[in-house]
Amino acid sequence: MKRDLLLFTAFSLFIMVAPQIFAGGYLMNVLVFVGINTMLAIALNLLLGYAGQISLGHAGFFGLGAYLSGILTTTYSLNPWLAMPIAACVVGSLAYLIGLPVLKLKGHYLAMATLGLGIIIYIVFNETVDLTGGPSGLSGIPNLHVAGITFDSDVKNYYLIWGVTLAVMLFSLNLAGSRVGRALRAVHDSEVAAQVLGVDARGLKVQIFALSAIISSLAGSLYAHTMTFISPASFGFNFSIELLTMVVIGGLGSIYGSFLGAALLTLLPEILRGANDYDIIIYGALLMVMVMFMPGGLVRGVPALFRKVFSRKAEGGHA
Amino acid sequence: MKVKVLSYVAAIITILFSTSVFAAAPIKIGALFAVTGPAAFLGEPERNSAKMVIDEINKAGGVKGRKLELVAYDTTGDATKAVQLATKLIKDDKVVAIIGPSTTGETMAVIPVAEKEQIPLISCSAGSKITDPVKKWVFKTAQNDALAVGKIYEYLQKTKQTTVSILTVSDGFGASGREQLKSQAARYGITIVSDDTYGPKDTDMTAQLTKIRGSHSQAIICWGTNPGPAVVAKNARQLGIKTPLFMSHGVSSKKFIELAGEAAEGVRLPSGKVLVCDVLPNSESQKKSLMLFVKDYQKHYKSEGDHFGGHAWDAVMLLKNAIEHGADTPAAIRDQLEKTKNFCGIGGTFTYSPQDHAGLGKDAFVLVEIKNKDWVIVK
Repeated sequence: MKRDLLLFTAFSLFIMVAPQIFAGGYLMNVLVFVGINTMLAIALNLLLGYAGQISLGHAGFFGLGAYLSGILTTTYSLNPWLAMPIAACVVGSLAYLIGLPVLKLKGHYLAMATLGLGIIIYIVFNETVDLTGGPSGLSGIPNLHVAGITFDSDVKNYYLIWGVTLAVMLFSLNLAGSRVGRALRAVHDSEVAAQVLGVDARGLKVQIFALSAIISSLAGSLYAHTMTFISPASFGFNFSIELLTMVVIGGLGSIYGSFLGAALLTLLPEILRGANDYDIIIYGALLMVMVMFMPGGLVRGVPALFRKVFSRKAEGGHA
Repeated sequence: MKVKVLSYVAAIITILFSTSVFAAAPIKIGALFAVTGPAAFLGEPERNSAKMVIDEINKAGGVKGRKLELVAYDTTGDATKAVQLATKLIKDDKVVAIIGPSTTGETMAVIPVAEKEQIPLISCSAGSKITDPVKKWVFKTAQNDALAVGKIYEYLQKTKQTTVSILTVSDGFGASGREQLKSQAARYGITIVSDDTYGPKDTDMTAQLTKIRGSHSQAIICWGTNPGPAVVAKNARQLGIKTPLFMSHGVSSKKFIELAGEAAEGVRLPSGKVLVCDVLPNSESQKKSLMLFVKDYQKHYKSEGDHFGGHAWDAVMLLKNAIEHGADTPAAIRDQLEKTKNFCGIGGTFTYSPQDHAGLGKDAFVLVEIKNKDWVIVK
């Protein structure tokens, strides 16, 4: 327990001083998005990595949060700080109601159902032109502000987003280590066995689905207020898949893994930009290699790789 | 002693830097195009054209002795990426102006960044709301949808067709077109008798067209970009619909004729003059720019230049003109851009003013008809 706390403190410190190293440049802006994606990856990981329930529609919840915040603050000129919890509540309740029937499904069928859900939400964004602005998007969303500070620069947004992300991380770490976390893992391994041991598997699955949606909605609201413009294209099926890739590449069932996955998938395209037209090929190849040789994700694969390299060196030394 | 050495070194460094700054430092121009992804049909010709014209300018000795340098990034049509890359262009690459992005959605996302960092943005996308209301740092070169709609309605009014069916694609381009089609109809005495949409990836529009056939309208207007409109043209022919079919400027390239084949015959659409530049009269003020652009594009890329590429060509030339007038800082370039008068580009004749950052009039479009797999101007 003490070690966990130490690790989290070290991680938070690292996040807090990072701007001192990268300040000013464009990387700050990318790091803001790493924060948002980390939040989303954690949300999906709670569902997929811990409870073992897949969702291919999380971009939809992310989008709902963004649009609810956007519409409430522009069309109805509500205070952003008020709009955010309202959005989270609406999205959470919606996910709960949808989760009740949908989470009875298993495996491929659950994947199909959540896929459909994501696509329906996307179509609603596109077609309700009067409400959402349709495909050309919703603009003029205000920045968040508190006590005289307006979050309108990358550095300010960085601290805002990462403050929330760290809180979500801490909450998720605690959740994962608690009785609920153990129950979730039991459901993951065998629903029947979990039920025999007195875990309300069905109720738990729906609750974690709703919680996951709430975190996604929160990320969506923050995204809307940082970008000040949203359009349906950012919340399509592709983004759901990208989130899934972040979780799998980072490491299923690991909160820090979600950070690694989100950071890698957000930063990699920037690093590969130098390769011009070949970046997509290299990107794809790298992901493939990682999945093949690090099936446990970065969070387990990288330490294993280190151990392998060092033990080989040690052997070499003896010979 | 040490101080002396240090001061020498400092002096040398200063000289090196100052010469490099004053003699050869190129002026950096940023560009954001959707070269890959769903809007690649816009982004690719735009990037090609921008590269081509900047190369030519540099070959001719640059602008006032300074070379131009293009820093172009691919946004893949994604608004989030467009914002990140705009920030990168401004903060890391320190460009003096940005050309693009290719789509209206991306442009709307980038506008707050350009406004805040005070960097002129010349968008290559068509949406009317980009420059309406006018934003201090934002200009555009693509013709407004409003002008294209006006061109079709004008023709309908002249030929006394008063009822139309509209079929628009559900993306940014289609939504903007639909808005204009509906808001301008009354002004030309036109009634919209059926209003349908289709998805950007749909492969069959028989259902919508069957409904339209039942509405007995005198004309059908389809608003979209390839490949949807080609499917509409084919389906309409299969259903034996004889009602005249109008398209938007979103399909004004040879690609549409290729895709629709036989069904393209008789389709009419508003288009930039670049399609019909070789049959334009010599008195036409744009003709020189148009012929130059088409010939160059053919030479460099072995394909026909279209008006999408033209938007980027116009943007670069507008910047070049501003720089020629002595502007090399973002603020000075913005001020010079606003003073642009009667610049004959590919998209039309541009005249910007503090009240108008779109710069084009109705003469930017001609109505063309497809005959024998080629374009003919409708009189």
